[in-house]
Amino acid sequence: MDVMDRIDEAVKSHPVFIFMKGTPQFPSCGFSSRTAEALKQCGKEFGYCNVLADPEIFENLPRYADWPTFPQVYINGELIGGCDITLEMFEKGELQKMIDEAVA
Amino acid sequence: MTIEDTITEKLQAGLNPQHLEVENESHMHNVPPGSESHFKIVAVSEAFNGKMLIARHRLINKLLEDELQVIHALALHTMTPEEWAEKGAAPASPPCMGGGK
Repeated sequence: MDVMDRIDEAVKSHPVFIFMKGTPQFPSCGFSSRTAEALKQCGKEFGYCNVLADPEIFENLPRYADWPTFPQVYINGELIGGCDITLEMFEKGELQKMIDEAVA
Repeated sequence: MTIEDTITEKLQAGLNPQHLEVENESHMHNVPPGSESHFKIVAVSEAFNGKMLIARHRLINKLLEDELQVIHALALHTMTPEEWAEKGAAPASPPCMGGGK
């Protein structure tokens, strides 16, 4: 399968999905760690992809939504942003609301 | 010219910011001394008025397209002058966890 189709399938596999360095249990980057932690705090299940374990996705994900950095958080298949945006939305309570609506 | 100077110059020109901090945070990470790999930017600009966070970040990502090819991490804190007046500071960046690329 083409890598763009694989990415597309991944972001649509769960209402909430994160591409990160490492895993939510064992993150290997401070930004990924904080972002996954915010998602965990929201208390709903989310899908993830460890981009360090998938070089093809690592190389091509920035093109998918024209976003140059990791991590990347998708809700309902749409990019909401990286670490700073996710944390800012979390602090304002917007992330919880968005996730609750997406998962409900 | 250092990458830090280039970033500052491009953001000054592209955002006409009321307040701008460009901080080289590479020393917080597992890279050689003097590296320019990790940056944090705090930008306050009227260019962000009425824009969602994702649009503000996209604006900066576009301005720093070339630099993003070579640097490793970019923490972005974008505020309108009004939000800045309310908040007045940006959160600290996370420490490195040694994850390499």
